[in-house]
Amino acid sequence: MSQSLIRFMIGGVMVSAFAIIGDVLKPKSFAGLFGAAPSVALATLALTVVSDGASYAANEARSMMAGAVAFFIYASLVSRIMMRYEFRAIFVTLCSVPVWLGVAGGVYYFVWVR
Amino acid sequence: MRIRLDLSTLGQTKWHDYAVRFLFGGLITAIAGMIAKKFGPGIGGLFLAFPAIFPASATLIEKHEEEKKESLGLNGAARGRSAASIDAAGSSMGSIGLFIFAFVVWQFMPRDPAWMVLGGATVLWLGVSVAIWQIRKAL
Repeated sequence: MSQSLIRFMIGGVMVSAFAIIGDVLKPKSFAGLFGAAPSVALATLALTVVSDGASYAANEARSMMAGAVAFFIYASLVSRIMMRYEFRAIFVTLCSVPVWLGVAGGVYYFVWVR
Repeated sequence: MRIRLDLSTLGQTKWHDYAVRFLFGGLITAIAGMIAKKFGPGIGGLFLAFPAIFPASATLIEKHEEEKKESLGLNGAARGRSAASIDAAGSSMGSIGLFIFAFVVWQFMPRDPAWMVLGGATVLWLGVSVAIWQIRKAL
């Protein structure tokens, strides 16, 4: 429980820090780079190295590559839908989360499990 | 197009917007740890690239741009959507850097000091992302 609380606090701080950097940068397309900052990864991997060792953290990073491929497809899809259709950002971003889950799980399964 | 700082956006952001992003960031970090404990690092690692605060950030950008236009007496809905779309396009470029970050950590973490690997991977994430953004702008 205490480890989850530490992860929560450090993750919250890291994500907020990168989000604030993104907020103050212009143009918007450049600021958007910070929407894909490794904030959750930095917080998690640093704590994982301490608690479970470097090899365990390396295994997490290997799977993270599949998550990054899914993020690319997710963000590209959201961008395309927002540009073409009159939907609200909250609707498009939340409804597209299953795409991230499907691509991340699919890439992981076909590249490393099968 | 020049990259610049605009600190006025900090004033536009309300405290609960910061709180939402802190909450989502903290939750996904804690949940990623729990998933890794329950299902192993393979499944847990996927969530290190989960778009945790993306919905909150895109919504915030859309709202700020709408408010800006509406303060001038114009309909800001289209401008808000366009700004959120451009931000998402930037994030898709950043995700290529995120892939490189993960690759570097995977390759170097087992044999090099963790602080050096994470620091170097973060610098590479930024460098690759900025380079892709500049190439995209030049095309």
